[in-house]
Amino acid sequence: MAITSIKNLKEFSTNNDRFEGAHLLCPGCAHSMIVRELMNCTDDNLVISTNTGCLEVSTAVYPYTSWDTSWIHIGFENAATAISGAEAMYKARKRKGTLKDPDAPVKFVAFGGDGSTYDIGFQWLSGAMERGHDFTYICLDNENYANTGGQRSSSTPIGATTTTAQAGSHSYGKKEKKKDIVSIMAAHGAPYVAQLAPNKWKSMAQGFQKALGTEGPCFINTVSACTTEWRFDPKDTIHITDLATDSLMFPIYEIIDGHELNILYRPKNVIPVEEYLAAQGRYKHLFKPEHKHVIESIQKEIDQKWEMLQRREEARI
Amino acid sequence: MQDQDLCAAQNRGVRELGAEKLVGWDEVQQGVVINSFDGDATGIVHQKAEERVYSDFNSYTATVASWRVQKPVFNIDVCIDCQNCWVWCPDSSIISRDKQMLGIDYDHCKGCGVCVEVCPTNPKSLLMFTEHTELDAALSGWPEKTKKEEK
Ligand SMILES: Cc1ncc(C[n+]2csc(CCOP(=O)(O)OP(=O)(O)O)c2C)c(N)n1
Ligand code: SF4
Ligand code: SF4
Ligand code: SF4
Ligand SMILES: [Mg+2]
Repeated sequence: MAITSIKNLKEFSTNNDRFEGAHLLCPGCAHSMIVRELMNCTDDNLVISTNTGCLEVSTAVYPYTSWDTSWIHIGFENAATAISGAEAMYKARKRKGTLKDPDAPVKFVAFGGDGSTYDIGFQWLSGAMERGHDFTYICLDNENYANTGGQRSSSTPIGATTTTAQAGSHSYGKKEKKKDIVSIMAAHGAPYVAQLAPNKWKSMAQGFQKALGTEGPCFINTVSACTTEWRFDPKDTIHITDLATDSLMFPIYEIIDGHELNILYRPKNVIPVEEYLAAQGRYKHLFKPEHKHVIESIQKEIDQKWEMLQRREEARI
Repeated sequence: MQDQDLCAAQNRGVRELGAEKLVGWDEVQQGVVINSFDGDATGIVHQKAEERVYSDFNSYTATVASWRVQKPVFNIDVCIDCQNCWVWCPDSSIISRDKQMLGIDYDHCKGCGVCVEVCPTNPKSLLMFTEHTELDAALSGWPEKTKKEEK
């Protein structure tokens, strides 16, 4: 495939954007940083499906579209379904010889939010992964149903306040842990699964390129800082994402063929998760004395997970 | 009395899909499609914005300038063309050509301030000003290089 060069940022910047401005995402929204980077890391034709969520409603407000590629909007649960159908049709038409330009390279990509990926589109995604379509599914993980006002999803971490798991005098916010979608997708035996973050632009672009260049169903969970629901100043999107990756709240790693795990980013100085939590309004209540134990348990979970990832990597199995 | 046209809803799906002819699954006519470009869009990936023929449906032809309360101002004299601002601008509003940062697309910039935060120069090559600030006024008062705090 026509991979665009990403040796350095200067070279990367010679790509011509295929995701246009004047979409209606909030100022500072990380969704568009991730989408722009995906579209800039290849010259191939793209067929993209996007299900309902902030990205979809903000980039296709009639009469406008912000997409310079083939793009399909589909219902909340069906980004994976739509892209499976498009890919299957493409293959069939190629076989029948009815494509206008059968040699043009084309890649199939689906974007879904965490609400649609971890919850509502979960079985459809699982089905598409199992059927083995040749596509890359990218989850824009902002850890809540942002488009409908910030409800909890199974991706919302323990302790975050959301409109349906509110912190108050009797609650510290969400009580359940975040679902480990990366492991679940790897368990499908998918050839490429990763967790990536836009602040680490290079490993993100390289991960996208690996997924696009790998035949079969690939899954990438991307950390997408949400200025509105995480409650931070829009200018700080990259700073917050730095805190997320450097506290190891969001470790950056890939899993090849369901088992071979590689850590893609090792922070030089790992920061306490407290710094990450303190920078966002959704965790403010955790700093009250009665909730401090939640911060301690979050830190403990992070340490255990990092230990597990490092051992899995070392084991080379 | 019923007007035939008003009853068209009964046949709508069938007719719009072209299925009254009993066509195959791969011959069904397109439904509603919005084209991002006028004419042939092959190869747009190799065209810069100014070379493309955007259709009126493309949001590139729209503006969100009214969202801004503050705007970033670019000082080319300090810029080292690192392209941090380009890669992280969420609104495709950093105009870079041939590895050089040329300026800001004020039709699409929402004034989030991300570009200013990620600009590594000292002083910064991008700073936020209130929307009505004149360019000359912004540039003439540009801060000096700040010394690193002694530890
Ligand atoms: C079947 C169905 N249920 C509910 C909705 C309403 N709805 C639209 S977007 C959305 C939230 C999307 O959350 P997520 O997938 O996390 O994307 P985000 O907006 O956070 O990017 C909901 C609940 C819907 N469109 N369809
Ligand atoms: S609510 Fe969050 S995810 Fe949605 S557009 Fe705003 S910042 Fe982006
Ligand atoms: S202020 Fe935000 S939208 Fe405007 S150019 Fe900077 S990063 Fe882009
Ligand atoms: S981030 Fe600053 S130095 Fe780098 S290209 Fe942009 S304006 Fe220039
Ligand atoms: Mg979400």
